[in-house]
Amino acid sequence: MQYQFLGIGYLTWITFLPILGMAVVLLIPRANTSAMKWTALAATVLQLVVAAVIWINFKPGLTGINDPNGFQFVEKFRWIDLPGVAWFGHVAVDYFLGIDGLSIPMVILTALISFVGVIASWNINKSQKGYFALYLLLDTGMMGVFVALDMFLFYVFWELMLLPMYFLIGVWGGPRREYAAIKFFLYTLFGSVLILLVMLALYFSVSIKDPATGQAMHTFDMLAMMNPQNFDPNSLLAGIGTYWRYVAFIALFIGFAIKVPIFPFHTWLPDAHVEAPTAISVILAGVLLKMGTYGFLRVSFPIFPDAILKFAYPLAILGFINIVYGALCAMAQTDFKKLIAYSSISHMGVVLLGIAALNTQGVAGGVLQMFNHGIVTAMLFLIVGVIYDRAHTRGLNEFGGLANQMPVYTGIMTVAFFAAIGLPGLSEFISELLSYLGAFQAFRWVAIFSSVGIVLTAGYMLWTLQRVFLGQLPEKWKGLPDVNGRELVALVPLMVVVILLGVFPSIMLNPMSSTLNHLVDFVHKVGTGLTAVK
Amino acid sequence: MAPIETTLIQLALTVLLLPLAGFVLLIFFGKRIRRQDLIETGLLFVALAISIYIMVQKVFFISAPQIDFTFRWLDLGGMIGRPGFTIDLGIAIDNIAAIMLVVVTLISALVHTFSLGYMQGDVRYSRYYAYLGLFSFSMLGIVLSNNLLLMYVFWELVGISSYLLIGHWYEKKSASDAGKKAFIVNRIGDFGFFIGIMIVFTQLHTFLFSGIFSGIAQGQLSGPLLTAAGILIFCGAVGKSAQFPLHVWLPDAMEGPTPVSALIHAATMVAAGVYLIARVFPMLTAEALTLIAYTGAITAFISATIAVTQNDIKKVLAYSTISQLGYMVMGLGVDAYSAGFFHLVTHAAFKAGLFLASGSVIYAMHHEQDMRQMGGLRKKMPITYWTFVIFSLSISGIPLTSGFLSKDSILAGALAYGLLSGNYLIPIIGYAVVFLTAMYMFRLIIMTFHGEPRDVHKFEHAKESPKVMTVPLIVLAMLSFFVFYSFNPLNPDKGWLLESVKKPESVVPSYQKYSWDFLHVQLVEKGAEQPGVTGGGDKTINTNPYEMELERIHYTGLELSLFLASLGILTAFLIYHWKKIDAEKLKQRVKPLYNFLYNKWYFDELYGATAVAGTLFLSKTFAWFDGNVIDGAVNGAASLTRVWSSFSGKFDHYIVDGLVNFSAWFTGLLGRGTRRVQTGRVQTYIIFALIGVIVIFYVFKQF
Repeated sequence: MQYQFLGIGYLTWITFLPILGMAVVLLIPRANTSAMKWTALAATVLQLVVAAVIWINFKPGLTGINDPNGFQFVEKFRWIDLPGVAWFGHVAVDYFLGIDGLSIPMVILTALISFVGVIASWNINKSQKGYFALYLLLDTGMMGVFVALDMFLFYVFWELMLLPMYFLIGVWGGPRREYAAIKFFLYTLFGSVLILLVMLALYFSVSIKDPATGQAMHTFDMLAMMNPQNFDPNSLLAGIGTYWRYVAFIALFIGFAIKVPIFPFHTWLPDAHVEAPTAISVILAGVLLKMGTYGFLRVSFPIFPDAILKFAYPLAILGFINIVYGALCAMAQTDFKKLIAYSSISHMGVVLLGIAALNTQGVAGGVLQMFNHGIVTAMLFLIVGVIYDRAHTRGLNEFGGLANQMPVYTGIMTVAFFAAIGLPGLSEFISELLSYLGAFQAFRWVAIFSSVGIVLTAGYMLWTLQRVFLGQLPEKWKGLPDVNGRELVALVPLMVVVILLGVFPSIMLNPMSSTLNHLVDFVHKVGTGLTAVK
Repeated sequence: MAPIETTLIQLALTVLLLPLAGFVLLIFFGKRIRRQDLIETGLLFVALAISIYIMVQKVFFISAPQIDFTFRWLDLGGMIGRPGFTIDLGIAIDNIAAIMLVVVTLISALVHTFSLGYMQGDVRYSRYYAYLGLFSFSMLGIVLSNNLLLMYVFWELVGISSYLLIGHWYEKKSASDAGKKAFIVNRIGDFGFFIGIMIVFTQLHTFLFSGIFSGIAQGQLSGPLLTAAGILIFCGAVGKSAQFPLHVWLPDAMEGPTPVSALIHAATMVAAGVYLIARVFPMLTAEALTLIAYTGAITAFISATIAVTQNDIKKVLAYSTISQLGYMVMGLGVDAYSAGFFHLVTHAAFKAGLFLASGSVIYAMHHEQDMRQMGGLRKKMPITYWTFVIFSLSISGIPLTSGFLSKDSILAGALAYGLLSGNYLIPIIGYAVVFLTAMYMFRLIIMTFHGEPRDVHKFEHAKESPKVMTVPLIVLAMLSFFVFYSFNPLNPDKGWLLESVKKPESVVPSYQKYSWDFLHVQLVEKGAEQPGVTGGGDKTINTNPYEMELERIHYTGLELSLFLASLGILTAFLIYHWKKIDAEKLKQRVKPLYNFLYNKWYFDELYGATAVAGTLFLSKTFAWFDGNVIDGAVNGAASLTRVWSSFSGKFDHYIVDGLVNFSAWFTGLLGRGTRRVQTGRVQTYIIFALIGVIVIFYVFKQF
């Protein structure tokens, strides 16, 4: 097989490198904290290198989604094989990894943000061993979600990242960390249960021929679930546009919506962000939120194309609510982190708006926005982290005039803020533009009302900028030092990506586009019951 | 493409990128390079030289209407059987772009020069020049763009450079407030612009102007949607060119350094709105144009009335800028396309001059801007004074100046339009503003330069500005004379500028055009009889009722505007110089009106009380709702679960576990009862066995 290193596929490497790192971290004596940091850094840097190798070898123009031949770097073999377990029958779970144009941006994003997160964790000073071990476990969980093609495996990774996140917030967080951690955990678990139920319902509805024996058997293979002909005629989820398919879609939707988060399932987010340590906020906003929208595109849309065609309009309206409601809530905040948290809700609304449009530009814009928002919001949380480390407060009204005190920091911050505002030349502009163009074609009025968001975003972002960076510097902050080298190592790569993708978005759009076109095509054809496209 | 055209495109790209190179250089290496200011200024002069070459080539030697360079920026592919999604971008040089190139680089280069003196010793000197570079780049981008998307991109970028420069002295709250206000108010306009672009793109699948126009000509976008698209795109211009009702940001923007006000907030960026209208002119329907004409006229009037009452020298000029922009917008709206563009060009020179001259005054007065503290500066600052007078004559529309030519063309257009369409209000406002303009300009001159000094201390320290500041003034003053635009001081029609800027053919369906635009008239001009050929020398002129009306009213309009301008100047002298009319008494007599004007028609208060307060209220309400209702529901669900769990805990303890314990107890009870049966004596057991046998016997007997 191609794309192997030491006989192991690239995707396995990129997913399990952090686990290797974790093992090493656990072996290091407790006192040697710097070795732990360097191990974690090494693991994420290697992961980033593998991501770069994958990126270089990735061939644009292939399809993916439901087409096994459209996936790249595929690894597939039997993982669990239990012949005849009670009424489950023959249970077989594949270790099935592969990426297409939908997952490639997410893989790159995860690798990049994980790397940046380790640097931002450098001054964690409480039980470092546990922290870095859990951090690396989390990393594996996230990466796994983006490369898994078997739904069981997908679910395992999905749950895998829940536990470390709980501890990372609950142990290393701020004053109300336990409340926030439990809220996060229960909320997400509630969503997971719904996903689990739908997964089981799908499992019992779909049958394929076992390639080994030729007998019919149930499967967790997501690609098989996308083909309507694989559904047993009398099963719960068979057919097109049937009642239970809509129920299953909505259950799955809620499961993913909690992660995005979509109004009204969003209130865990501000609490989690405020309490989480900087690096975890960065991971949370940079990668975790994208798992929700990724779930829509990877699981919900192609498996239930009939349902998404029916619910596209409500989804767009939810996108509108996220955009405007999130922006207005952000405007009222006085805690810097909470403000960024609400701005995340607002910006994720743009993703919803774009993907709900179900046309080339909308979906491409939505996926690109997932990537761009991941980068920009990671920058914003790092920026908050920088002043929180120095001033030990995040109150927006307690600052002012930092521009003169910390000029380099202010320069980087300006780029991040303007990217969040959607300034042309920076990355978020083009993804928002494409999302809005797509949405405008599909639902004109929703798109028009949503674009109020571009005014509101400018409003609260510039107001924040003014309150923190402009004006007179209060006496007590006269000693704050400017960003140091370590912080620059975290911020500068992200800033370069923001500017690069702002001018040359095709770098990211080219690998994505044929997969997304295929997805759009597939949803429209299968969803209306026309034919199964290959 | 002919070789010369390729060269011109390359040169245009060079002009575009030079200021950007300066920006990057100064931002990253500003501290390490000495005399960064000279680098940036030098780059601009190089750009100016190239621009002049491009303009001369394009306007005088190349007959093709437009040189175009387009490339594919994005290709998302598409689905089988459907058109793919692509975005093409590019630049184009036509006559108006070529002329604008020179205008922008010229004013920019002069402002750079002027700033060498004015900004000397500033806290963020190199940052200042960096931002000027960013601005020049973005503005040139607007000029060269051949499509709506790139236009929007650079549109936002000039907005951001304007934001950064208004807030240059961001330690002052008022400065950072003004920058923020400018950006947000512009965003409101851009909101409309953005929707307009989306309409155009979803209907025509291209951002290129050429593609848009040909699509509309083929009828792919027409009717109310076309009108809406035009009006929405115009919204962008309303924001950027500070038109009513979004004009409120421009006066506040005067918080920026004065050379910035000259470059961005007077000559170039604010004119970008007008340029945008000129660019999309062919797709504007009669309804859209009428709205544009009214917007311009109302803006011109409101701001002129405010300008009469203001005391801050820069505020007066800011309102005068808004008013003149209103003229340009009105000019385009009344179909006087060339006149509107012409005024943009002449205004750029004299308004930049006015701002720079006021900068020279402010510099001399140690950053005093209140005209009530000035006076008598004429003797101390002769160059500043005389250039100021020339600029003022030009803006007032006195013959021999450039302003006379362009303004008069607009007014003639407005008059013809009013007579033909019945919208008499527009020419009436247009002429009323002539009077107001002349009056507030000369009020400014008299208060600043004439009479006795009011602040003696500052007056004594005042002196003429250094050469780097006065030379740009002299250059701009020369450019305020007619001769650079037309050799005929009374009629610009045959001048090179109007000869090269012709109204483009409208592409909208004819029922959506102005009536005269599709009612073409052919006039036959009798030529001299030639032997043997009848009518051999006849010339056929294609014209329309609008042109004929223009021809007819030309001199009437001219005389009227001249009369009103002189009247305005006279009034200013009567009140402020000769003091024949007491200004204070006049103020008292019309106190409510005066207060209304002095407070700028209370627009800021109105917006503060409605839009701003409303948004903040909404945001507070939503945040409360989020924290209490939605999160309350989540926490409520949690506490409900806790109550339920404590209940079920009790249930478990008392009922379920109680049952278990009860059954244990009951078993014990039974055990304790039956224990007595186990006596250990054989006789008792035999009796029990016997009884058992008898019972079984009877039971089985039943079957």
